[in-house]
Parts: sequence; structure tokens; C-alpha cells
Amino acid sequence: MDATKMAAVGLSASYGRGPAITDINLEFGPNSATAIIGPSGCGKSTFIRCLNRMHETAPRATVTGKVFLDGEDIYEQDPTAVRRRIGMVFQRPNPFATMTIFDNVAAALRFNGRHSREETDKIVYESLQAAALWEEVKDHLFAGATSLSGGQQQRLCIARALAAQPEVLLMDEPCSALDPISTAKVEDLIFTLKRTYTVIIVTHNMQQAARVADRTAFFYLGKLIEVNDTKEIFERPKEKLTEGYVSGRFG
Amino acid sequence: MRLANPFRTLLRRPSQGRRRWGDLAFRGIVTIGAGAVVGVLVAILWILWTGSSQSRAAFGLGIVTNPTWDITTNVFGLLPMIDGTLLTSAIALVLAVPIALGSSIFLTQLAPKALPSALKAALAQVVDLLAAIPSIVYGFWGLFVLVPYMRTTVDPGLRSAYDRLGNLVAPTVHAVSPGASAWAGTHSPFTGTIIGEDVLSASIVLAIMVIPTVAAISRDALAAVPIPQREAALALGATNWEATRRAVLPYARSGIFGASILGLGRALGETMAVTLVIGNGLAPPTSLFNSGSTLASLIATQFSESTGPLEYSVIIEAGLILLLITLGVNIVARAILWRFQSPGGAGGD
Repeated sequence: MDATKMAAVGLSASYGRGPAITDINLEFGPNSATAIIGPSGCGKSTFIRCLNRMHETAPRATVTGKVFLDGEDIYEQDPTAVRRRIGMVFQRPNPFATMTIFDNVAAALRFNGRHSREETDKIVYESLQAAALWEEVKDHLFAGATSLSGGQQQRLCIARALAAQPEVLLMDEPCSALDPISTAKVEDLIFTLKRTYTVIIVTHNMQQAARVADRTAFFYLGKLIEVNDTKEIFERPKEKLTEGYVSGRFG
Repeated sequence: MRLANPFRTLLRRPSQGRRRWGDLAFRGIVTIGAGAVVGVLVAILWILWTGSSQSRAAFGLGIVTNPTWDITTNVFGLLPMIDGTLLTSAIALVLAVPIALGSSIFLTQLAPKALPSALKAALAQVVDLLAAIPSIVYGFWGLFVLVPYMRTTVDPGLRSAYDRLGNLVAPTVHAVSPGASAWAGTHSPFTGTIIGEDVLSASIVLAIMVIPTVAAISRDALAAVPIPQREAALALGATNWEATRRAVLPYARSGIFGASILGLGRALGETMAVTLVIGNGLAPPTSLFNSGSTLASLIATQFSESTGPLEYSVIIEAGLILLLITLGVNIVARAILWRFQSPGGAGGD
């Protein structure tokens, strides 16, 4: 890895009781995808929610440690400004249920200062294109967002995240609620997106990690066990735990 | 009605006969329950309808537009009371909804760090407790605390503020529209002798009584908004307020609307507290400082001292009109809720 876009240093977090993640040190390169894998409850979702300061919106949540974006600690900055630079796609599609397809994407701009009509139209169009959804929705942009299928809703959420023009895109098991065809579409999309963005994707699905990620990190019981190039993790894991997990012996 | 049930043979038990009797009894009981609810409404309507026949024969539909209530000439118009009912309830709602909504947003949307959940639960309990205070207590408080304060401080303050504001904007208003300016000059809502027992005091007491209802129900509606809706906005860089306004409030809008309508229903029919503070004037109020009556307060104050069968009948018709108004409000509200159903039906009502 030749450069670092983002880095977690000594990151620990909890929901008030025991720690959910402990002392994570992990770097992310620009224009690449990093997968975070591990069994349920290993803290992988908590970890990426710390990377855009969403974790602290939960009751009794605590975070210690640092997260650097371009060398500056995001915990020293205004959280809303941080979240504009670091987009997020959630586990279940969560388009704004009361808004149209168009407004869902345009909402990203509304939270990011004023934009002219032309500018908004252009960014909405580009974002829907980038999320590979434009062709499917161009004739009913002003229909309610919930009229879309689950897979389309998730791509709408990706479009919405892209419209904010982030530098980093966090994806928390973005395909776990989708059928195989929608999953394939979203994976193709991630493959394209990682050329432009720093993509960090939490996934349950090891084949998915193998398909889309350049690097893979394995979490277990709130700790980072191993991180390496994806090929190495799956073919020559250094840790016994990693080997056990990727070979399907537990998880 | 008996549908073919593929599991019937699988589920067949020796006590088949007893089960059928149990089913029959069960169905009978719930049918009686459902019928009783409708029956009570029909019975009330029937009694109000027959009881008001003399009044309807004497005054017809014109009773709702007739502003005169005069026992000496046996002329009984209900316009002042309809006016008073709608006016006090409308003002109460305008005052109560923002405060109630504010409290429910405070309790559901504020960052957890700013407000420990134990304190939150305690505050929610206090709001719910307010709803349990008997209305006569609100009335007494209104009479002994609010009315004197209104008389000495609030009412004179409002009048002078209105006049000063009027003088300030009068030239502009006059320049735009002389007609509007003249109208506003002669239609101040704050004219008349200040007595304290007036439409405004009644509205404020009603507002206080309605707040817990609206607050508790809109709080439930806001709490029912899925967290991912809010997180979606926050993750885009929205502030707490932006997330609430763009994602949470729209999602809960039908629940909030339903809460307001329930509050309105409570205000329309409230009797004791209003009777104590509204002054029970029988002329149509032309100012918020006039005393007035509502349909409910009219019934409470006049019924036991009605001077003859006609007045008695008119008071029953007042009850009929009040019932029709509240039914109408509920029907309209339900129709609106159907049209603007919240996504996923959450927070419907």
C-alpha cells in the first residue's frame, strides 16, 4: 500500500457495557476497496460506524482512539463536516420513505449547502448513473422511493451517498438484505466505485470480499486478527483463527 | 361461514362439540360488544334528536346562525356558543401543538449525551401525568391563578403591544390596502373591558389541558420512526435539526396530525374548566377579552336552570350540535389520514 487515505489508530468503542471493539489499528489506501470480515458480533459494524462518527449517535456509546482522514483526526472535527466527506450505505436499504426518488438523491445536496437547480439536476443524474440506477428510474423520478424494489432502493441509497460527493464510502453489509441478482449489481458497482473512492465494506459473505476487495481485514471478538491483500488472506492466512474462518470451520 | 381448512382433519380433537359451543359463545360475546358500541352512539343520537324536536321546530337550521339568546322573548340562538367552541378550541390548538411537538421532539430526537435516558423517562412521565389531572383542577387553577394574572398583566400587555405594533405597521398596511388598514383598525382582537374571565383565558386553559394528549401521542409517533431513517440523514452530514425536519417529522406527520385531532376533540368537548374561566357570556364574542360560552359550558350552566321546555329543548340541541361537530372533526381527520397515510402505515393513529 503506497498511500494512506484513512487510518484508525488505537480505536476502541463500546455501547456502555463491555467493549465492542478494542484497540484497532487499520489503514485504508485511496482508490481501493477494503473488506472487513468476521463472524456476527465481532465488532465489524461498530468499527465502520466509528469511521464516520455514527457510532456516537447510539445511546451510551463511547469511542476512544483516533481516526485520521488525510492525516487529520476526525474526532477533532465537526461530525457533520466529517460525515459529508465520508459517505455511508447501511445494511438495509433506508431511502427517505416520504420523498420521491429524485428528492432522495437531492437530499444529500440539501444538507451540503445551497445548489442551483441546474447543479442539483446534474448531480442527481450523475449519481443515479454512477449507481447504475438511472436507466431503471429515469421515467418515474418523481415516484415515491418506496415503490422501488429492495435492490433498487439500495442502489438509490448508494446514489444518495455519492451525491454528497464523499471521498470515502463506508458500506455496512450492503447486500445482506438483497437477492442474488441485486447483489451482483451492487458488487459490480463497488468494483467501479473503488476506482474513484476509498471503499470500506463490511461483509458476511467471504465470496463477496474475495470478489470486490483489494485488501481484507479479519475481525474476531472485537479485535483485528489479521489484515492483508485479499488473495493472501484467503489463500495463505498467517493466523490460525483467520484460516479457520475463511475455510468455513467456524463463523 | 365455514371455509375448507386443510388442517381441520389434523387438528380434530375429541372435544369437537364443545369447541363449537365455545366458538359460538365467543362469537356471540364479541358481536354483542361490537353492537353495543354502535348501539350507544345511535341511542345518544336518537335521544338528542327527539329531545331537541321542539327547538328544531321553533328555530330550524337558523339556530346555528342566530346570535341572540334572550330568555325574556324566548329567542335562543346558538351562534355565540358555536363561535366560542370553535374559537377557543382553535386558539388552544395553535398554542398547544408547537409546545407539545417541541416536548416530544426534545424527548425523542435530542442527542443521548445531552439528556440521560433516566431523565428522559422521568420527563415523559410528567407529561403523561398532566393528562391525568382532573379538568376541575385545571379550572380552579385557571380561575384563581390564571384569570387574575391575565386581568392585571397579560391582557393589558397584549393590548398595548397590539396597538404599538399596529401604529408601527399602519402606514405600510394603509399604503398597500386602505381597506385592510381600516378593517384592522376597527377589528382589534383585544378590545373591550378587561375582566380576565374571557375567551382568551379559556383558550389558554384548554391549551394546557390539550398539551399532554398531543405530546404523548406525537411522542409515540416520533419514537416509531425507524432509526435508519434518521441515520440516513445524519450520515449525509445533516445536523440533528435537519435530520429531524427532513427525515423524522415527515415520516411521523400522520401520527402528529392524529395527535392534534385528538387534542382538538378534547378541547371541543371540555366543559368544567372552560365553564369556570370563560365568563359564560351569552353574546357572540367580538374580542378575545369578551366573556363567552361554548356549547359544553352552555349545557353545564343553563341546563339545571332552564326556564321552560323550549330552552330545555334548545340545550339538548346544543348537545346534538356539539356531538356532530366532534364527529365531523373525527371523520374529516380520518379521511385526511387515509389520503396521507405515513409510509409503512407507521404512526397512523
